[in-house]
Amino acid sequence: MNSPIRKVAVACLVLFAALLVNANWLQAKKADGLRHEPNNARQITERLERERGWIAVAGGQAIASSVPSDDEYKYQRQYPATKLYAAIAGYYGLYTSAGLERSQNDFLSGEDQRLFVSKVSDLVTGRQQRGGSIVTTLVPRIQQVATTALGNRKGAVVALDPKTGEILAMVTSPTYDPTPLASHDETTASKAAQTLNTDPDKPLLNRATQETYPPGSTFKVITAAAALNAGHQLEERIAAPDQLPLPQSRTVLPNFGGERCGDGRTDTLIHALTISCNTAFAQLGIDLTDDALRAQAEAFGFNSTVPDFPLAQVPSVYPTQPLDGAQTAQSAIGQFDDRVTPLQMAQVAAAVGNNGVMMRPYVVSELLGPDLKAISRTEPEVYKRPVSADVAAKLNTMMQSVVSNGTATKARIPGVAVAGKTGTAEHGDNEPSHAWFIGFAPAVNPSVAVAVVVEDGGGEFGTGGAVAAPVAQQVMKAALDVRR
Amino acid sequence: MTVLPPLRGKAVDLTGTFARFPVPAGVDLPPYRRRELSLLLFAGLLATAALAAVVLAIDGNITLSVFAYGLGFSALWGMAHLAVRRFAPAADPILLPLVAALNGLGLVMIYRLDLAKINAAEKAGKKIPPGVAPLQMVWTLLALVVFVLVLAIIRDHKELSRYAYTAGLIGLVFLLLPAMPLVGATINGARLWLRVGPFTFQPSEISKIILMIFFAGYLVNKREVLSVVSRSFLGMHFPRARDLGPVLVAWLASLGVLIIEKDLGSSLLFFGMFLVILYVATERASWVVIGLGLFSLGAVISYQLFGHVQVRVDGWLHAFDGDNPTSTSFQLVQGLFGFAAGGVTGTGLGQGSPQRVPFANTDFIVASIGEELGLAGIMAILVIYGLVVMRGLRTALGARDPFGKMLAAGLAASLALQVFVQVGGVMRLIPLTGLTLPFISYGGSSIVSNAAIIALLLRISDSYRRPDPATPAAPLFDPNAVADSPTQVVRTT
Repeated sequence: MNSPIRKVAVACLVLFAALLVNANWLQAKKADGLRHEPNNARQITERLERERGWIAVAGGQAIASSVPSDDEYKYQRQYPATKLYAAIAGYYGLYTSAGLERSQNDFLSGEDQRLFVSKVSDLVTGRQQRGGSIVTTLVPRIQQVATTALGNRKGAVVALDPKTGEILAMVTSPTYDPTPLASHDETTASKAAQTLNTDPDKPLLNRATQETYPPGSTFKVITAAAALNAGHQLEERIAAPDQLPLPQSRTVLPNFGGERCGDGRTDTLIHALTISCNTAFAQLGIDLTDDALRAQAEAFGFNSTVPDFPLAQVPSVYPTQPLDGAQTAQSAIGQFDDRVTPLQMAQVAAAVGNNGVMMRPYVVSELLGPDLKAISRTEPEVYKRPVSADVAAKLNTMMQSVVSNGTATKARIPGVAVAGKTGTAEHGDNEPSHAWFIGFAPAVNPSVAVAVVVEDGGGEFGTGGAVAAPVAQQVMKAALDVRR
Repeated sequence: MTVLPPLRGKAVDLTGTFARFPVPAGVDLPPYRRRELSLLLFAGLLATAALAAVVLAIDGNITLSVFAYGLGFSALWGMAHLAVRRFAPAADPILLPLVAALNGLGLVMIYRLDLAKINAAEKAGKKIPPGVAPLQMVWTLLALVVFVLVLAIIRDHKELSRYAYTAGLIGLVFLLLPAMPLVGATINGARLWLRVGPFTFQPSEISKIILMIFFAGYLVNKREVLSVVSRSFLGMHFPRARDLGPVLVAWLASLGVLIIEKDLGSSLLFFGMFLVILYVATERASWVVIGLGLFSLGAVISYQLFGHVQVRVDGWLHAFDGDNPTSTSFQLVQGLFGFAAGGVTGTGLGQGSPQRVPFANTDFIVASIGEELGLAGIMAILVIYGLVVMRGLRTALGARDPFGKMLAAGLAASLALQVFVQVGGVMRLIPLTGLTLPFISYGGSSIVSNAAIIALLLRISDSYRRPDPATPAAPLFDPNAVADSPTQVVRTT
């Protein structure tokens, strides 16, 4: 009977050997992968046990910080300004995160290589690992004014420093309160997420970078840039009929509200932009050709996204397929399939104001270690040169004319020359148009460039000039007050 | 402890002081009983240190009560040691300390999970739930009482074989009791509980032992018949068709358990146990082949027929796919996350969050240990189980009677199977089944029945390690004397 018992013993040893091998495979080899499984809440919990760094606006006031918590985790994330910076700072919840909290998570939680020096000292001293902090480029006063000016309307505002690319304000409306999403109570957090996710107004979407709109007449700045590039002059008379029959179609393109540009047959280029003449720019687009428009749009950053940008973004679009005459005419005035983000249009305005040099937009200005010493500082960087300084100067003159005696008179600031362009973008029949304004101030050597879009803001009577320009005017005025 | 023997030698030599207590008159106490006591003290030290680590990690300071609990625990197992001295002085000295170490770690882990629950409730401002560790301490005491009773009452394990058929009947009744209306209760989808008043009990744990006694007793008499060779096929000797009866009955019974009580684990355990004893009894590998064939057939059939089996298998194979991690495989996946959080060295006792895993102190306690003690702790525990099983099989090898051999082999192999099915299930080596981890998991029926198993193994080992009246020349209590001599005391074929 002993022989089978010995064999049973061998079989038992095999079973234990299998368990030992499996334990090694699971805890030594697979452990790292399992720790990073998306469903693994331990990962986030572990981070909630550590002191996470803060996120601050320019000047150092914190908009996201960790405070000791009295529940099962050590630290609770706090957002003192609630909704004001939600689209940029985002939130850091038990299972999900967004915004800078998401994209800069490694740095904030202390896992970034750049924090390695302090990590080693933490190891030696046995101190708990701490995260680094982030200073942003956002200016509270401008952010606040932009938010108030937009009010309850759906839309977005982006304000840039044209000389550096710093994002001074970025507002999206409606937005959300990150506090319940960062709650340690799973029910509260999931209920809040559920409500926000099912909201038809999409408050979690950052309209400034993640939503595209037809640019409408603001695109005429790009068409004008292409025209000046091609050798056209400001006072040159171009065709501007009351109605333009579109080639290869039976459609007839009228001017806005059936108005007349110039003498009914021709108009100067500068005046056509000043009064936003549709037929003149449509014909100009056809003459310039679709390829020239596309090249100019892409030079401004269309069909691509800003590299290393810490917030979610989608590219602005100028159709990449060859367009026929009618489509080119529509595209030249910012309709057809043109789609832009407010950030893109703010960059366009900034580039014109900055002598044709587009700076790379950025929102993180400084990274600080746990000891609050600067680890890195973002240096302004030339991103693109969409137009020459000469063309930029001419565009500047045209855009000043729009504000001083054209469609954007509501963007005027007493004592300051302002440059701008309005847009009233149609999107589908029977839908109110989107109201646009892009511009910069002061016109010479500007310190702020803005883009404002108010969704469906055109209404039946409103235009970009009536609805969006006043918002931009307040934002630019606030920026000039702060940055003078 | 009314009569203490006079001090001998140095007073500090505790094990020496009690070396002769309480041994029956006329029996020389073998030297390794002292070693058992030393090892038990080590197990007590281990449990105390573990408890101190938990308390230090969670409360921040150690109080004297830690040592009081440690002493209490050591005293409890010290009494078991005294009972072994009294009733089975020649028994294997390794088994008891090994089991005590497992039990100590289990108690600490259960207490640690209690603390986690209490902390969470305090922070949430909810009513503080009562801890289960004191309850498990009471169960441990009860288990040791049963341990002593088994040793005291069963003076000769061969007596048990006379009650084989009675045991078979009782075992079956126990097994099927939970399926009966009124007393049966379904907990967590498996109907393997017995409810009497406020208490729930898992009778399958008890019937495991009782049925093993039946298997061994039955096969002692029938093995001659069952090992008759009928014909050879593929180089293996297969039994006659008419002798297939018992294995078919066992197979049907275990399938019955699976169907009626939805208890995958117990069903597997019973059938495996039966196969081991049958193989030891007949020395015919053909029975194992037939058994495994029937097992595979049963597995395929039950997979096809029963939804709960399909769910288990799907949750195992596709644990991380689709919705499974948050639904069917939630427990399994959370357990794996626990193992992963522990890694090689573990987070340290009291410093992980094992309470995130459902059933962290019962079915998934091995994940809790894997998280806080890491791969190192898991390997140590698996090695301890391996040693327990090997000592059990060593007892089977040494036993002088076929019934003792079969019973010891069956008991030891059942422990190995249970640990494999349990730990393998939680580690996703095999589909998850609802079994408890012997001596570690929270649960009364489990620790009581496993203590009885250890008592039976000690009883059998005592019988063969005592001087054999037939070979008086052999030196007393020299384990090598038995190990090195041909132990085929009973020829089987």
